[in-house]
Amino acid sequence: MQTANKFSVSRYAPERGPVAKLTARDSVLRRLDWPILLSALALSLLGALLVWSATRNRTTLNQGDPYYFLTRHAMNTGIGLVLMIGTIWLGHRTLRGAVPILYGLSLILVLAVLTPLGSTINGAHAWIVIGGGFSLQPGEFVKITIILGMAMLLAARVDAGDLEHPDHRTVVKALCLAAAPMGIVMLMPDLGSVMVMVVIVLGVLLASGASNRWVVGLLASGVAGAVLIWQLGVLDEYQINRFAAFANPELDPAGVGYNTNQARIAIGSGGLLGSGLFKGSQTTGQFVPEQQTDFVFTVAGEELGFVGAGLILVLLGVILWRACVIARETTELYGTIVCAGIIAWFAFQAFENIGMTLGIMPVAGLPLPFVSYGGSSMFAVWVAVGLLQSIRVQRPMSA
Amino acid sequence: MTNIPETGRTPRVQIRLVILQVLVFSLLLTLGGRLWYLQIRNGKEYSDEAKNNHVQQVVQPAVRGSILDARGIPLADNETRLVVSASRTELMKIKDKGKGVLTRLAGVLDMKPQDVMDKVRLCDSKTPQPCWNGSPYQPIPVTLEATTQQALQIRERPEDFPGITAEPTAVRRYPAPGGANTGQVLGYLSPVTDDEIVKAKNTNSPFLRSDQVGRFGLERTYDKQLRGKSGVTRYEVDNLGRVIGQAENDPAVPGAHLVTSIDARVQGVAEYELNAAMVEARKQIDRNTGVPYKADAGAVVVLESKTGRVVAMASNPTYDPNVWVGGISAKDYAKLTAKESNVPLMNRAIQGQAAPGSIFKVIPTTAAVNAGYPFDGSYPCPSSYSIGGQVFKNFESQGHGNITLGQALEVSCDTVFYALGHQQWLKDGGLHPIKNPAEIFYKTAHQFGLGAETHVDLPGEEKGRVPDRAWKQRFWEANKDQWCKTGKKGGTYVELLSYENCLEGNLMRAGDAVNYSIGQGDTLVTPIQMATIYAAISNGGTMWNPTIGKAVISADGKKVEEIKPQAHGKLPMDEKTRQQISEALEGVATRGTAAWRFGGWPQKQIPMHAKTGTAEVYGKQTTSWFATFTDDYTIVMTISQGGTGSGASGPAVRNIYNAIYGLDMAGKQDLSKALLPKPEANLPTIQPDGSIDAPEIRPYVPPSPEDVPPALAGPPAPPAHKQD
Repeated sequence: MQTANKFSVSRYAPERGPVAKLTARDSVLRRLDWPILLSALALSLLGALLVWSATRNRTTLNQGDPYYFLTRHAMNTGIGLVLMIGTIWLGHRTLRGAVPILYGLSLILVLAVLTPLGSTINGAHAWIVIGGGFSLQPGEFVKITIILGMAMLLAARVDAGDLEHPDHRTVVKALCLAAAPMGIVMLMPDLGSVMVMVVIVLGVLLASGASNRWVVGLLASGVAGAVLIWQLGVLDEYQINRFAAFANPELDPAGVGYNTNQARIAIGSGGLLGSGLFKGSQTTGQFVPEQQTDFVFTVAGEELGFVGAGLILVLLGVILWRACVIARETTELYGTIVCAGIIAWFAFQAFENIGMTLGIMPVAGLPLPFVSYGGSSMFAVWVAVGLLQSIRVQRPMSA
Repeated sequence: MTNIPETGRTPRVQIRLVILQVLVFSLLLTLGGRLWYLQIRNGKEYSDEAKNNHVQQVVQPAVRGSILDARGIPLADNETRLVVSASRTELMKIKDKGKGVLTRLAGVLDMKPQDVMDKVRLCDSKTPQPCWNGSPYQPIPVTLEATTQQALQIRERPEDFPGITAEPTAVRRYPAPGGANTGQVLGYLSPVTDDEIVKAKNTNSPFLRSDQVGRFGLERTYDKQLRGKSGVTRYEVDNLGRVIGQAENDPAVPGAHLVTSIDARVQGVAEYELNAAMVEARKQIDRNTGVPYKADAGAVVVLESKTGRVVAMASNPTYDPNVWVGGISAKDYAKLTAKESNVPLMNRAIQGQAAPGSIFKVIPTTAAVNAGYPFDGSYPCPSSYSIGGQVFKNFESQGHGNITLGQALEVSCDTVFYALGHQQWLKDGGLHPIKNPAEIFYKTAHQFGLGAETHVDLPGEEKGRVPDRAWKQRFWEANKDQWCKTGKKGGTYVELLSYENCLEGNLMRAGDAVNYSIGQGDTLVTPIQMATIYAAISNGGTMWNPTIGKAVISADGKKVEEIKPQAHGKLPMDEKTRQQISEALEGVATRGTAAWRFGGWPQKQIPMHAKTGTAEVYGKQTTSWFATFTDDYTIVMTISQGGTGSGASGPAVRNIYNAIYGLDMAGKQDLSKALLPKPEANLPTIQPDGSIDAPEIRPYVPPSPEDVPPALAGPPAPPAHKQD
């Protein structure tokens, strides 16, 4: 039926003004998942404070400007918000069509890291220094492309109604798609990111409805792979030391175990209410290395205490809980898989990051989503939030 | 595809999603639980650890209090010196373990590189002095006498001297005012050891690593008061040790000053006269051995008779306590411990033990009176006394007919006491004692405080020995194996002695009892014990614990804690006997064995009492003893291998009295020259700013050799064998 241009897309109502569009019952703003957005925003702002506290005395890092990291973290959050809006505007379905381009782009970027363009930071050759104080960690974006790419492949025939569950061929294809960038990241070696990607793949397979054999098989091969890596000595010494120090932090309190020990002291000394922002002696004294990035949780633990650190866990919990709801409520498998991939990513990365500061996980260089300082990670997680929002916005109203 | 629900999902996916959700939230719960465990349950433990983490202590050593004489003249104080120290922890970081740095340092300081390295090495059982026995984390002083020039050279080139510092530092000083060295009495300091730190950790005066501790003498006895409390500033530091805030500040409390009863002037006189007497004795030929007296050691004690306070205490050979300051050098330590130097570190006034000889006789006199012998009774004084063929001679081999106990003291008649001692021994059953023998002569010695400490406020006091039956038994049990091994019937004297001792060394023989009755044989006393006894005879019978510390005064002079002398007993005699003995001792000074040394003495104004003693030591020359007292002072002097009591020690003791009372040899008193006609009653004042108004002190000018006492009687008839 041909209609005039003044009618809306749904063709049942007249065209509305922009304000009315945003305030209408079916508007994007109303359909957004506000708990996720607000929680993510709260985490980012809390992160800004913690990063500020951790860096305001670190003159070697902040170039003499105590607000250097604060403003940068806020700026990253702003860019992240813009990326989220862009993602919502484009929509996850549009992005499904762009997967080949995104996938190719991220492959090129991770490969670039292996060329002389790449730089080594903290033992991991995982960065591309752009200049002007900016650097890019392509591994973060690979997480998104793996999720989108696998979701596209696995859901295609199911969403088309051809199959009840993805068949083995599709699963193999999807695994190959994930394996290529993972292999490259492994070569960097950025083992932490690879671990997250493995968990993402597991989450994606789980949600796709792929045969149990695949899930179990992947788990088994993951364990076998870990053992193999250990046995073959592929790991660098710093990585082995991290594991050894995890097993026994008193091993070498001045050396490898130092991080874990100091992190645990910082968190433990926080108590219920913490020492107050900027008042933590461990933080002010810079006893915890990498405190604005991988060990940012220790600032919360020391200065904001159980209440503040608990709040971070609660906010993460809200995001994950809402993501699970979205995953269940969306009508198409594609959206469900994307959600599950993001859930697996956020959950595992947060668990690994906080777990290592609490001494229940080995040390791996992974940022805490939203909270840790770092542009690439910040952008990636906000794009992920955009994807979650897009899936929610585009679900049927009745749901 | 019939079963696809509205959400477009199969039950399998639905279940999988629930599993995923459960997994995710169990991860979050795990984190929450662990967080609770660390922060709430074990929070205290970690906050303590955090505190230790970021707090660094900086110690400001407390200035050690001075040791003052009775008028406020410092015997030990502090001076500021340029101290060059080396930090071992820094040096050990260098590849060659600091060898290069120390060699360069030696060049700047004009020292031998080896000497510098020796000073910096740590003491252990195999390392001889010099070495550092303090904490390895504390800077080790290399020299306390750097010149400004040297200090500047080091400070201007810190890159050449890593771990080396040159700082003005308060350093102990023993100034020896007026020649009063007082070495063994003052003692010395050395760095605290790890053991001591651990031991004192939970007391109310814990040590810091940087502390110096009194090791001997007054420095040790009054260490706690003198040391004060080091100030500790606790800084919060970051991971690189940079200061980010001040946490706590305990300001240093300077150590209190110790005012002693020692008069530096009298001390100077005593030290000079003791040494002069020993030098003089070495010029005299010993008639028994035919060679000059060795006079290898001596001691003199000057007490206030009425309080037991120590006015002077000297021990010879002596040493300069300043050698200990900043760590003793190898050369000095070797010198102090060499055999030829005869243990100058020992304070012979309280640690030197010898048989007392005849100055002991006041004890058997008292014992006899207590046993029922009348003081004024009539006792035969033959030239010798024999028991079963063994002849015990009067030392002068001279008889005096029948005399009283008082006269026996005056002329020091041995045979009177031989007989009394022998009678009591027989009464107790002789070789085979009755049950619970009275042992009155021995019990009386114990009652006089012999065989026990006088509780002088100095460490390391010796007890001496009363050779009663119980001691003989103990001694025999400890030594009989050795005696029985070396003893030989009909061998040399030593072998014969061992043989006899092996058989019946546990038995009190008649000879033992007889020897003991005149303070010979196995009897051992210290000079301070005898001084305590003679002071008690002077003051009415109270045996005071000799005290050197008179008061502890805080650094600002506001808090004064007086140290009151304590008594450890009364003499075991009634007042009448005490007066009789006192009169007899006056007779010794005016008519008896000491009279020839007190010619011209103003006996009426200042009644002098004396007793001479000459003790035999097997294989050595005789020990000279001289015990004297006036109403105010008691002086006991002894010289090992020095000859007779009055002969060797007499002039020295007289000179000390002359200096105290301002007398010349003719007995004329000039109070303006008198150093201390009455014991010092007041305490010196210490100003709030810590300064002390001490009077000036002039070194002692000994009387000229021409200034001899008017010839009175001369030494009593030259003895054939030994004189007393």
